[in-house]
Amino acid sequence: MNELEHPTSEPYGSKEGKDLVSGITIFPMEPHVPRKSDIDPKAARRAERQVATMFATSSLMIILFVVAYVKIPNTTLITIPVIGTVNANHLATGFAFGMAILLIGIGAIHWAKKLMPDVEVTQERHALTSREEERQEVASSFQRGKAESGFAERKIIRRSLLGALALFPVPLIVLLRDLGPLPGTRLRETIWEKGMHLVTDATYRKIKASDVPLGGLINAVPENLLEIEHEEENLNQRGKASIIVVRMDPADIVSQQGENWDYQGILAFSKICTHLGCPTSLYQQRSHHLLCPCHQSTFDLSDSGNVVFGPAARRMPQLAITVDSEGYLIAQSGFDQPVGPSFWERG
Amino acid sequence: MSTTEESIMAPEHASAQGKGGSVAYFIDDRLASANFTKRLLDKVFPDHWSFMLGEIALYSFIVLLLSGTYLTLWFNPSMTEVIYNGSYVPLKGVKMSEAFSSTLTISFDVRGGLLIRQIHHWAALFFVAAVSVHLLRVFFTGAFRKPREINWVIGTLLLVLALLEGFSGYSLPDDLLSGTGLRIAQGIIQAIPLVGTYVSMFLFGGEFPGTSIMPRLYSIHILLIPGILLALITVHLIMVFYQKHTQFPGPGRTESNVVGFRLFPIYMAKAGGFFFVVFGITVLIAAFVTINPIWLYGPYTPSQVTAGSQPDWYIGFLDGAVRLMPNLETSLLGHTISWNIIVPALVVPGIMFTALGLYPWIEAWATGDKREHHLLDRPRNAPTRTGLGVMALTFYMILQVAGGNDVIAAAFNLSINSMTWTFRFLLFALPPVAFVITKRICLGLQRRDNDKLLHGYETGRVLRLPSGEFLEIHEPIGEVERAKILAKPDVIPMELPASVDANGVRNPKAAKSVMRAKLSQWFYSDVIPTPTDEELQEAANHAQHELHAAQSHIKEIASH
Repeated sequence: MNELEHPTSEPYGSKEGKDLVSGITIFPMEPHVPRKSDIDPKAARRAERQVATMFATSSLMIILFVVAYVKIPNTTLITIPVIGTVNANHLATGFAFGMAILLIGIGAIHWAKKLMPDVEVTQERHALTSREEERQEVASSFQRGKAESGFAERKIIRRSLLGALALFPVPLIVLLRDLGPLPGTRLRETIWEKGMHLVTDATYRKIKASDVPLGGLINAVPENLLEIEHEEENLNQRGKASIIVVRMDPADIVSQQGENWDYQGILAFSKICTHLGCPTSLYQQRSHHLLCPCHQSTFDLSDSGNVVFGPAARRMPQLAITVDSEGYLIAQSGFDQPVGPSFWERG
Repeated sequence: MSTTEESIMAPEHASAQGKGGSVAYFIDDRLASANFTKRLLDKVFPDHWSFMLGEIALYSFIVLLLSGTYLTLWFNPSMTEVIYNGSYVPLKGVKMSEAFSSTLTISFDVRGGLLIRQIHHWAALFFVAAVSVHLLRVFFTGAFRKPREINWVIGTLLLVLALLEGFSGYSLPDDLLSGTGLRIAQGIIQAIPLVGTYVSMFLFGGEFPGTSIMPRLYSIHILLIPGILLALITVHLIMVFYQKHTQFPGPGRTESNVVGFRLFPIYMAKAGGFFFVVFGITVLIAAFVTINPIWLYGPYTPSQVTAGSQPDWYIGFLDGAVRLMPNLETSLLGHTISWNIIVPALVVPGIMFTALGLYPWIEAWATGDKREHHLLDRPRNAPTRTGLGVMALTFYMILQVAGGNDVIAAAFNLSINSMTWTFRFLLFALPPVAFVITKRICLGLQRRDNDKLLHGYETGRVLRLPSGEFLEIHEPIGEVERAKILAKPDVIPMELPASVDANGVRNPKAAKSVMRAKLSQWFYSDVIPTPTDEELQEAANHAQHELHAAQSHIKEIASH
């Protein structure tokens, strides 16, 4: 019944020409306006040629693709205005492949639009609701099954089954246990400790206090990071223990997180943002502000690393430093608080 | 006739039916599929450009499956450290994970590898974009209404999964940019109250970054989420097929029919061709426009970051929300609640997607409209819905723009602090303004529609009469447009129930019903009725009269 077709202009619904469902006035279908290719055989032949040309060009493009793939070395670079310097093999194969596919698509659509019939067809919708009797039959089937199973009456079976089903996912969850260790105190600890040398981030050289320029910034890590050979542990510790070392005029220091935690205006702070853990990297030496590039949290290093702007809620942890007998920077102690982003157990 | 005879006969029928016949008989002898196949071939789909948006999403997904399968042939998701020794000179001798190094290999040493990577990344961007715009089309035309609510919910799930799938794939190359994104995601997970640190430790196999996350993300990205996506997309399409597509109002279109073209051959050619168009354009863009040049970002290391780091566009709104949130954190009984993280990164998107998924029921509840709808609303004819949609979109767009506040600040030399404050203010101030303006525009368009019905359209021909009077000729609008305008459904707001019944007894349910009725009246407020048949008739007579008058004037002028 849903195959009815009305290419004519008969309106649907009631005699008054209203849609029986929505009550909207129904207008007859607009008359079909023939296309040029419908009435002019020349136009139809032209369209046919165009479609065939597109399909044929597509085949040529595939040949071009194979030739380009084989013949152009993957190392050849060419410079093209606007695009810049690119890999010639990439560009040629991409162009040929893309055009080959695109031409099939455009050809098929052109064919459909110009040469296939464009008279709109009407099809009736079928009801999306079953008849009431059918619904009743489903309900009675269900009731019959329910009665036959005895699910309602046999309480002891029902309850024990529900209990068993409730417990059945437990192994599925327990089996995930060894995905990783329990948090423990990991997030609270870094490998910084008393007397640990500060070494530069890239070349692992000890930092002489007299070599830190006024207004300068040095990325540093603890010297014992070098001793951690286990790759994973090394990465994890680097993610927590990275610090920045800055030097400012001691007169500019408004406050610190502890007394004499600086050494002659040299201050060390955690590099890991207290918001979501990005390494902070932008330091404005005049304002002593440290900016995190991820969400623009801004910390004032001259004032205990307090947050002056942005979504971070906690100040940047400061590392107390001093120098050893040879004048190299060392830590007075480890961090006195967890570094990095917050967590539930942090307190 | 026995079955044996039938199957012996079959080849003869087949030869009469052409080459395809024998295949058809082979299948039908085993599945009795003739009836279904006939209905499939003859199935009518309505034609409208906006119905292609969902198609773009589907075709991008197919391109993603294809290109992704190729990538798996070379990509190695391991985080084991290696020293790079491939053909990209600037990174030679640099320590990096195998994930990053194999991505470099795909980009520089595998012929066509870069092309496949670029196709995959562009197709991912198009996929999420097409899903989003398709969702907007379905929303603004009311296509989500009964009986299509289930498919709307599936669509919402598909959007959420598409975001997760995109983010997990974006993270896999283990470059500096995506690693920073992963670090942020880890920080968000860690901030979940109660279980955050446990979830993070289990997911990452310990602390961030660890060496487990890439293989795990890999199986999520190439197996788990695509599997669910594929299943849901299949159900989504079967539902569209079974319930038949909605159509825009127009001549001959009713609630109980579908007007359009048959699947075979028109849509086979058009939709099939469109797949090749989407695929072809994706390949051409991949060939000409570089996306995600990971070799410029370098390998990830947890102590480095790039300035102006931006996620792929579809994560932008989340990043914006996180940037705008004030820095609230509570310490309670030895526990930390990071409002600055959980509100923008979990609560806000949670509310956004829940409200989105439930919208069909919210609207049906507010309007009391429980009817089936197969004719689409023109957005102007549902001003409150359109207003709400633009309001939500405005909220989203402000978050999206705020996600790039550092880039904007750098480009226009603005203060990032004042920009953040401006966005915080706009996030609450602009959406209501957008609602009011949109609703006004919709109502204005409705009035204009009525004007066109009653007075025709302005031809632009102006006559100067001998009396010096100017007269613009109006012509009646065409039947197609007339049908479109007159298809505006009549809306019936719920009536306020009596608080006491005929006997003076208080109706206990009245308060709730009053609220609903008021909601319904608000939703349908400022209704502009379509002209009645009498008004239309009168206007037609008037127009006829005017036209005659004008014509006689013209004749008069001509005769002089």
